[in-house]
Amino acid sequence: MFDGYTSSELMSIFAMQGFAGLSLFSVFVLMALGLAIIFGQMGVINMAHGEFMILGAYTTYLTSGFFQLYLPGLFGGYFFVAMILAFLICSALGALVEWLMIRHLYHRPLDTLLATWGLSLIMQQAYRSIFGAREVGVDLPEWMMGAFSVTDLVELPINGLFVMIIALSTAVAVYLLMYRSGYGKKVRAVVQNRPMAEAVGVNSAGIDRATFALGSGIAGIAGAAFTMIGSTGPSSGQAYIVDTFLVVVFGGAQSLIGTIVSAFGISQAQSTMEFFLSGSMAKVLTLLVVVGILMLRPEGLMALKVRR
Amino acid sequence: MGTTDTTASGRSFGKGLGFRKSLMTLAASVMLATSAQAATPGTAEVNTTGLAVTDDTVTVGILHSITGTMAISEIGSVQAEKLAIKQINASGGVLGRQIEFVQEDGASDWPTFAEKSRKLLRQDNVAAIFGAWTSASRKAILPVIEQYNGMLYYPTFYEGLEQSPNVVYTGQEATQQILAGIDWAVETKAAKTFYLLGSDYIWPRTSNKIARKHINKLGLNVVGEEYYPLGHTQFNSVINKIKLKKPDVIFASVVGGSNVAFYKQMKAAGVDFTDEKPLLLTISVTEDEIRGIGGENVEGIYASMKYFQSLDNPNNKEFVAAFKEAYGDDMVIGDVTQAAYLGPWLWKAAVEKAGSFDIDKIREVFAGIEFTRAPEGYVRIHENHHLWSKTRIGQAQSDGQYKVVYETEELMEPDPFPEGYQ
Repeated sequence: MFDGYTSSELMSIFAMQGFAGLSLFSVFVLMALGLAIIFGQMGVINMAHGEFMILGAYTTYLTSGFFQLYLPGLFGGYFFVAMILAFLICSALGALVEWLMIRHLYHRPLDTLLATWGLSLIMQQAYRSIFGAREVGVDLPEWMMGAFSVTDLVELPINGLFVMIIALSTAVAVYLLMYRSGYGKKVRAVVQNRPMAEAVGVNSAGIDRATFALGSGIAGIAGAAFTMIGSTGPSSGQAYIVDTFLVVVFGGAQSLIGTIVSAFGISQAQSTMEFFLSGSMAKVLTLLVVVGILMLRPEGLMALKVRR
Repeated sequence: MGTTDTTASGRSFGKGLGFRKSLMTLAASVMLATSAQAATPGTAEVNTTGLAVTDDTVTVGILHSITGTMAISEIGSVQAEKLAIKQINASGGVLGRQIEFVQEDGASDWPTFAEKSRKLLRQDNVAAIFGAWTSASRKAILPVIEQYNGMLYYPTFYEGLEQSPNVVYTGQEATQQILAGIDWAVETKAAKTFYLLGSDYIWPRTSNKIARKHINKLGLNVVGEEYYPLGHTQFNSVINKIKLKKPDVIFASVVGGSNVAFYKQMKAAGVDFTDEKPLLLTISVTEDEIRGIGGENVEGIYASMKYFQSLDNPNNKEFVAAFKEAYGDDMVIGDVTQAAYLGPWLWKAAVEKAGSFDIDKIREVFAGIEFTRAPEGYVRIHENHHLWSKTRIGQAQSDGQYKVVYETEELMEPDPFPEGYQ
């Protein structure tokens, strides 16, 4: 397939393909972080994760409309405001959902699956009633469009770079929160041994609520970021949910590092295979490999070793 | 239709008795048919199979998804069908009867389409069904509508390879959309190489098969053919492949949310479609889709369709104005929406030509039924139940509208079974 190309052409294509893999990696990390926190740390299978992401996307849409109408001069910077708003709104809704629904279901993991699936249907229909069934177009500031030319052939999409930066900084923030803060210490204590954590005075119900809110808020940030690369419609969240679960389960449910490693593995495998095979075949092969590895290591790549 | 005597037919038969039996002879019905609408013909004559027809009304069914993932696409069709029905009623109805409709929701779920079509045919006894959008939903309705001998008016451009006696296809089958589009790219843009890209299901695959065959017949090359799962959102790899292969034309049939991702990522990768290097020719992006993608992301692409909202003819101006008045100024009208609008009008024309609501009598008169007030200009029903219509190429503008750059001189003949594809 490479007949008749000069080596410099090939080099630049491979450079761009590497970039494509990295940008898929950052998308996966963003999608999966929120879910990994909720699923991994709390054991709740949140089927409405995609809908929380779309809530973030709609928040971005509304913010962009607001800036266009009232603050056109600041339009170039609206995206940062939108991301903060998306985080706040989604985590507020997450806390509410946890209080109304999830906290009653902690000992019934399969029921959380059904309940959150129902929630996802309710949220989809709510979006449809409020924003209409059609997808909405989110206007992006001019500086985010287009590509950044390194050489004549190598052009890096600016929005891809931007998603990478967001993914990286979110991952670092989550790491610091989980492993370098008092809150994180409490979360890990509750995950490892709930009764003992409660015995030493940790408010485990409060920790649960904050964790669910944090996961939902990160989903909101992801949703805001994805308005740059994907569609914003009532059922767009469905497109992400399968990949998200795949990344989290493959990485090992309780390990955030595992999530990141698995996102890297899956994204590189997929984008490399997409280049040499057709898109559908690449997906099939990726899934096959993941299924194979999960058969050998049912706990995922990086399972947390706990005494049962 | 029925072994069961439904309430609707029972009621209408009672009123029909007011006419002398001799009126029901062939001579009388011929006379009635030729005397246009001087007098409203009696229900017993125009409805011998127990459809929901009374002396003043006739009931039809509308069956689209208004919830679920397909609602995005199907709502435009519902709006167009309701508008057509309203306009027909305002102009006196069909055979002197006002149209009433029963609307059911297919909920983007194919078995639901089958169930609801059965309900419309058996319980509501509708005289026609306007509905379905995806091929999957049409295939789900097909056995039901054939079993109970109903008539479905199906609006979407689709892959062809079907010709049911119980369906009228008001959209284009694949060859009508594709052949003219490729010929245009070859003749006016000197295209030599093509890259075929689509979502992974029957319509893009069949369309690309037809496209590939036609391209090869012209002695030109397909340099890549590629499918992505529905809902796929990452197109960076294929964009790199396209950059490597440098085709003259990308022939795209990506659908749904993937569309948004594909065009946004093409734009982000530094592809400016207005340069036409490569030129992008799509058969899946109507004005409706552009609303979700954003006009700035598709500016410069070409689409091969039979209808664009910007078509400059008096019929279309009237249609667009009426549509916007009914549903708001920010509405856009895509190819399928216009095709859905044709359904009720073609049904009315057929009923009036047959002088009857009976499905079997309508079917006999279909061939040659024309609609001169069609927004797309003029259409005529072919004996294979598809429409003769023109194919047009439009170039997307940043405001989300298409500028028409080419239209076929003649009406394209529908050919649902092109040779070599059965």
